[in-house]
Amino acid sequence: MNKCVERLYNGIVKENPTFVLMLGMCPTLAVTTAAINGAGMGLASTVVLTLSNIMISMLRKVIPSRVRMPAFIVIVASFVTFVDFLMQAYCPPSLYDALGIYIPLIVVNCIILGRAEAYASKNPVLPSMFDGLGMGLGFTVGLTVLGAFRELIGAGTVFGFHIMPASYEPIIIFILPPGAFFVLAALVAIQNKCKNRKKKEYSDITICKDAGCASCTNMMCGGRVFAEEEAKKEEG
Amino acid sequence: MKELILIAIGSALVNNVVLSQFLGICPFLGVSKKMDTAAGMGGAVIFVITISSFLTSLIYNYILVNLHIEYLKTIVFILLIAALVQFVEMFLKKTSPSLYKALGVYLPLITTNCAVLGIALTNVQNDYGILTSVVNGFATAVGFTISIVILAGVRERIEYNDIPDSFKGTPIVLVTAGLMAIAFMGFSGII
Repeated sequence: MNKCVERLYNGIVKENPTFVLMLGMCPTLAVTTAAINGAGMGLASTVVLTLSNIMISMLRKVIPSRVRMPAFIVIVASFVTFVDFLMQAYCPPSLYDALGIYIPLIVVNCIILGRAEAYASKNPVLPSMFDGLGMGLGFTVGLTVLGAFRELIGAGTVFGFHIMPASYEPIIIFILPPGAFFVLAALVAIQNKCKNRKKKEYSDITICKDAGCASCTNMMCGGRVFAEEEAKKEEG
Repeated sequence: MKELILIAIGSALVNNVVLSQFLGICPFLGVSKKMDTAAGMGGAVIFVITISSFLTSLIYNYILVNLHIEYLKTIVFILLIAALVQFVEMFLKKTSPSLYKALGVYLPLITTNCAVLGIALTNVQNDYGILTSVVNGFATAVGFTISIVILAGVRERIEYNDIPDSFKGTPIVLVTAGLMAIAFMGFSGII
């Protein structure tokens, strides 16, 4: 049972996909125009992530390793289709419309395939389930916080409730596409600041090196590995 | 004809795939360090997206709709795109080594590019026919190429600038992309 709690903690805090690993940036940028959209997207991803982790973990001894990627994609795509229909039926139409095309695009979210490859395909069902749940909740927290922040500055509300005083003039650019880039830039800059302070803790993240930069959304590594190599060159 | 041109301008400039729809952010940030690699990636994306939007709309309109299994579109499309990229790679290697040399490196990276699947799904969502889908796919990919080439140009110059330490690397690129997005919002007046 301890292991399950550890997986939850790992996903939500230690390896938070949004704030620490910087994975799944396409939906992060696109749907965080409001806190409720971020939460909806996060929860949809959580459901897919948990179910696909359970399924992949159960099938881990059956799937030959040569065809594991296509097999994982089919499993994930099935659950995404399933979640898409559930949301179409039970979600408020405004939320479903706001998330739009990004729900089927959960298939190509690298958090999901990443967890399948890195954890679920090697571990028993119960820890895998909690790993998916933890990572998903971490993603939800990340998206909701970013969404709340953009909504607060861009519209003066959070979850639709007015927070800012009536005299506050909303900076609309923050809920428009450019705002997403600016908020993310600030987030990465803050992270760089913390990282420079305690460099050692991050030195063991090497996720980006596996598949090349373009297929990788781990943006932290793009800057960091590059900078580290430069520093090495200078030293040597 | 007029309608097709409007769709093309709309998806290349007004609703730019990267800067306003946030699809394909990963290669946009990952492969935009140098002008020529950015152009190579853009070429490969144009190539793959045009073919994939033709094939996906063909399969959707003639197979999935006829069999009433439209709900399988996500699964079918993602497998189709993965297979297509593999196939294009093998085909180019065999038939046109020079083109393969120019685009080859970028092809495997495109499978995970969410823009490809995103455009296939947009075409279906908007009920585009086959010709319209191809035009839309091509124009969207051209929009991607325009923005990645511009970003690469800007990044080559940023190299020489004095940037605060915390903003070095990704953050300054994101700020640049944000400014480009503001500039591209100016296009929304044309249609």
